[in-house]
Amino acid sequence: MLLDVTGCAHLFGGEEALRADLIARLRRAGFAVRAAVADTPAAAWAAARFAPRAGIVPPGGQAEALAPLPVAALRLPEETVRGLEAVGLRRIRDLAPVPRATLARRFGAELARRLDQAFGALDEPLSPRLPVPPHEERLALAEPISTPDSIALAALHLIGGLCRRLAAEHRGLRRLELTVFRTDHGPDSVPQSVAIGTGRPVRDPAALMRLLGGKLERIAPGPGLELLVLAAPLVEPLAPAQAGLTGAEEKGKDLGALLDRLANRLGEDSLLRLVPRQSWLPERSVAGVPPLDAGLGADSESAPLWPDDRPRPVRLLVPPEPIEVVAPVPDDPPKLFRWRGATHRVGKADGPERLCAEWWRHGGELRDYYRVEDMEGRRFWVFRLGLHRPEAPAGWFLHGFFA
Amino acid sequence: MPNPSGPNEAAAAGVSMAEKAIVLQGLRAQVRRLENGGKEGKGTFGLGVRDIDRTLPDGGLPLGCLHELGGTDPVHRGAAAGFAAALLAGIAACQGKSVLWIVGDRGLHAAGLAAFGLTPDRLIAARARRASDALWAMEEALRCPSLAAVAGEVEAGDLTASRRLHLAAESAGTTAILLLPGTPRRGVSAAMTRWTVTPLPSANEAGEPGIGRPRWRVELLRCRNGRSGAWVLEWRDGALALSDEAAEEGIIEQAARDRSVVRFA
Repeated sequence: MLLDVTGCAHLFGGEEALRADLIARLRRAGFAVRAAVADTPAAAWAAARFAPRAGIVPPGGQAEALAPLPVAALRLPEETVRGLEAVGLRRIRDLAPVPRATLARRFGAELARRLDQAFGALDEPLSPRLPVPPHEERLALAEPISTPDSIALAALHLIGGLCRRLAAEHRGLRRLELTVFRTDHGPDSVPQSVAIGTGRPVRDPAALMRLLGGKLERIAPGPGLELLVLAAPLVEPLAPAQAGLTGAEEKGKDLGALLDRLANRLGEDSLLRLVPRQSWLPERSVAGVPPLDAGLGADSESAPLWPDDRPRPVRLLVPPEPIEVVAPVPDDPPKLFRWRGATHRVGKADGPERLCAEWWRHGGELRDYYRVEDMEGRRFWVFRLGLHRPEAPAGWFLHGFFA
Repeated sequence: MPNPSGPNEAAAAGVSMAEKAIVLQGLRAQVRRLENGGKEGKGTFGLGVRDIDRTLPDGGLPLGCLHELGGTDPVHRGAAAGFAAALLAGIAACQGKSVLWIVGDRGLHAAGLAAFGLTPDRLIAARARRASDALWAMEEALRCPSLAAVAGEVEAGDLTASRRLHLAAESAGTTAILLLPGTPRRGVSAAMTRWTVTPLPSANEAGEPGIGRPRWRVELLRCRNGRSGAWVLEWRDGALALSDEAAEEGIIEQAARDRSVVRFA
């Protein structure tokens, strides 16, 4: 692996520190590593592989550093190395006294080129490997477009192309991003983009267009769009569609399509299945999982639901709201409380149920919860924050409503 | 003393009371079909409370249409949510599908809803911050036959909204429950039934301290092809049940009195 670290070393505290850091990280990831830093890629390559103690080759020091290394360190073809060794030229330093013209004539131009690269006489550019989103469609337009209809048409064209590719690969996309470039796009301006996500892999152009269509109006075309790029950064395997005989698989599919449509308008975290989670705190005892999570069915049978003997409200007030309370006896439920301007006289009450955050969570005092019912029969869940202290007035909150 | 003329006349005409009842039932069903534009209903869901099921047309809550459910307290929506959860759980269980419940916040508490039978595998919770989004989401969801029912909480609905929801519900056979704050409006609505749920002091066993079983006054204000009524229900042993009448007579009379005031107000 070759890295161009020109101008980067000071960020790590010098080349030696950079090298040490890199080695340590790779070793932690389970690789056996040797690394060297030098002026030229060829010298670094040679030092890393052949130097008895690979390390930093000082600037301009490659001739000296490479001299004791075997000629194989020059990245030469096998037969050239054998030929050199046959005439007794085993080390790079042995090549120095031999005239260049003789070497080139005897062993080919390759040897001269490799020598020049190693000593820095010949530039050797690195071509970096850039991540390329493999699923991308581009549409460059000779005439800029700006009407909503033409933008939609262009998007549909791109979606069609992408879906054909996905179908050939038996894949479906989970995320789709459309980036548009305006004619007045400058080097510093950020292109506009819209994105959609789906709950399961999709490659149906009509369904994708429905999802994307609602977002296209957010694009401000300005003087016109000249380039549209459609990318699917997240793809997953999707078996070729087969028309069902009974329509059973249709059922799950159209629920998935519905949930995608809703999530794209309401927000991705707005559609949840609420499942039990091990925690004493009521607001933490429920976890939201994606509604089409496959593991749910198995879970709900094995894992117990919430305990039956602890009644819980059907609605929570998020966040809990402070209430004014008349509670004459410590650790007794309140007799009267005031919330949002209305006074409620308590008829019946249960409690306290003391709930506390798990010890490994910081913050949050313990709470004493009471179920109280006012004279009209409205049932509330209220709590006092912290232990009862005679000297300080306790903070009371309303946290939920029972059925 | 029983009046002998009625049965005798019927017998003379060759029609018994039972036969009359059958004829009447057939005529009623025919009228209903005509009102539904010739379509058969999507079936019904029995609440399991005989008195209520007998009041509803065809012995249960009609499926595939819109029902409105109001509370009397716009800030304390617990009672209405509990009753709705019980209905949704029943509809979901008899169709073997999930229900979608759309609210404006993150206030639905699954641990409490599970006690009414609406367990996590049956419930998908959705949050729509704007009323327009909630109505849109309800309509979209109602057109999806993979859902048993869709419940939505909105601050206010109008006739147009209720009509759209009703049509969407009819098209896929999905049941819609619109949860409204406060008593449902007196105005027109396309809803098949309209209910209010008022919390009542809980039902305790004799001598039992603290809070007992949840108890509500459930009123059926309006029911197309059916009668209205008012009942005192409680949630007992995992099912809706009529409160023990002996103890509740006073409350039922009270409910009837309240209702008559409402009707002529």
